[in-house]
Amino acid sequence: MVDAAISAPRQAARTQSRSSLRRTMQRKSTIAFFMALPLILLIAILVLYPALYSLHLATLNKSMERFVGLSNFTFLFKRQTFWLVVQQSCIFALTAVFFKALIGFIVAHFVHNIPSKGQRKWRGMLLVPWVIPPAMSCLAWLWLFDPSYSAFNWIFAHFGIGPIPWTGDAYWARFSVILVNIWIGAPFFMIMYLAALKSVPDQLYEAAAIDGASWWQRIWYVTLPMMRNIIAITALFSLIVTFANFDIVRILTAGGPIDMTHVFATWSFRVGIEGGDIPLGASVSLFMVPILTIAAIFILRDITKRGSEV
Amino acid sequence: MTAVTASAAAASAGRRKYGSMSQDRQWALRWSYFFLTLFAIFFLLPPIYMLITSLKTSAEISAATNPWWVYRPTLDNYKELLTSNSYLTYFRNSAIVSVVVVTLTMLISVPAAFALARMKFWGSATLATGVFLTYLIPETLLFLPLFKMFAVFNEWTGIELINRWWVLLILYPTLTVPFCTWIMIGYFASIPKELDEAALIDGATWTQTLTKIFIPVALPGLIAATIFAFTVSWAQFLYPLAFTTSADQLVLPVGIITSLIKGDVFNWGQIMTGALLGAAPPLIIYAFLMDYYIAGLTAGATKG
Repeated sequence: MVDAAISAPRQAARTQSRSSLRRTMQRKSTIAFFMALPLILLIAILVLYPALYSLHLATLNKSMERFVGLSNFTFLFKRQTFWLVVQQSCIFALTAVFFKALIGFIVAHFVHNIPSKGQRKWRGMLLVPWVIPPAMSCLAWLWLFDPSYSAFNWIFAHFGIGPIPWTGDAYWARFSVILVNIWIGAPFFMIMYLAALKSVPDQLYEAAAIDGASWWQRIWYVTLPMMRNIIAITALFSLIVTFANFDIVRILTAGGPIDMTHVFATWSFRVGIEGGDIPLGASVSLFMVPILTIAAIFILRDITKRGSEV
Repeated sequence: MTAVTASAAAASAGRRKYGSMSQDRQWALRWSYFFLTLFAIFFLLPPIYMLITSLKTSAEISAATNPWWVYRPTLDNYKELLTSNSYLTYFRNSAIVSVVVVTLTMLISVPAAFALARMKFWGSATLATGVFLTYLIPETLLFLPLFKMFAVFNEWTGIELINRWWVLLILYPTLTVPFCTWIMIGYFASIPKELDEAALIDGATWTQTLTKIFIPVALPGLIAATIFAFTVSWAQFLYPLAFTTSADQLVLPVGIITSLIKGDVFNWGQIMTGALLGAAPPLIIYAFLMDYYIAGLTAGATKG
């Protein structure tokens, strides 16, 4: 009797616990968690862990056996090449992003100006540099910049301009990598700005025209304020991508003449993979983090602001 | 619209008064076309020059003739590359890697985006922001720690990951999944709530809601994300350069650079042919699915 009385609730409790497990499994949040699990694992193992691991790597010696604290960093600070890389990375990223934004803005305006029937065709043509894989188009540029057969120099020779050492001279090489970066990136800005231009209501321009605003005033007081958010987000995105760029510099100059065109990414590849000093390479690449963080904070702020506006 | 009314008014009310306005527009249009042509030349010059060079013989390339013209066009470069084993290997490796990565990316990011957009769970909002931040972490920051991680993994398990083409199947999703998840969250969030509520009331499970309602409705977004994942995996250069070295393990971008450049001898005719053929798949996709491609581009910053 007593036994039965005890076992009955126990059984009830067991079925209850089983059904509660089942209920948990069927609960919305549990299913959702399992649907997102592959994503969480991927990010945790292949992005977050390596990112933190590189902090640890940066404190090891070359054979990665001994903890050396910050001596990798102090070693870098004493090297002149490192300061060249810092300088070139900043010049490269800032100049390229500025001109990409400027050219993108101008081209977007011209495309927006023409009748909408033809816009698709022009937009399609102008986006081609962005579609071609950068490694492939950089090879084309390398061939255009060839020291002895440069097709640009062939044209310039007709105007009496001497052969330009596109990738041979340090300062020309800096110019060349920035030029190619602008060529690849400006179409992206163009597309973003074009989408933004289309979203500015026509009434604003009509009102401005009635008020007698000049062409310049319409851009300054109507277009730019309406596009401010898109301009900021696109520029910040591009700043991150450009600052961390690898392909263009690697293929065009490989960092050369005398390390003058190295950016953080290419130099950390040179040091880490080709030079076999992974900790030092990791320390070099870590110097990208501050700028990336600042840009990311601003992007996040803009995006949450947009989210709360809509 | 304004031009039409202006010119109509000009026709009826007197030319001199309103004619200048439509003439201004005419000039603005002409200048627009003029500058657009200039920019189009600048933007299309390298691919066109690739095509020009790919049609030349080595003798013509090194001759001191006009580099912008093909005097004796030939398809020898194409024939030679398309029958060379190494180039076909690179192409095959690239194709397999891209297709598998696209599939993996979609399998991971679509359910995750659905869960994050519709089925809130503890920490889901943080995770959505985290996904976006991961997208901002560049691969140039991660390749060295990953390289070391794979070496340690080899010591532990004896499984060699470095210098195997399939290691790229593990690496590329780190580039594609965050962005695809992010834009899919945007597309899913724009679907009206009534739609899935109706499905749930009718007794559909969450999986059914995803496959029967969300995926069909958000198909344009799905196509845009697929295109993005494909172009990223096809174009990736740093990971294959760092992680694969043997000739039979290379993918296209690295293969062209390492194998066609022999020492300091550049066989430019073949390099340009290889690069052009390598750029063809993304270009073809772009030509046919331009609107989806552009939707994917702009979605990253405008949605969410």
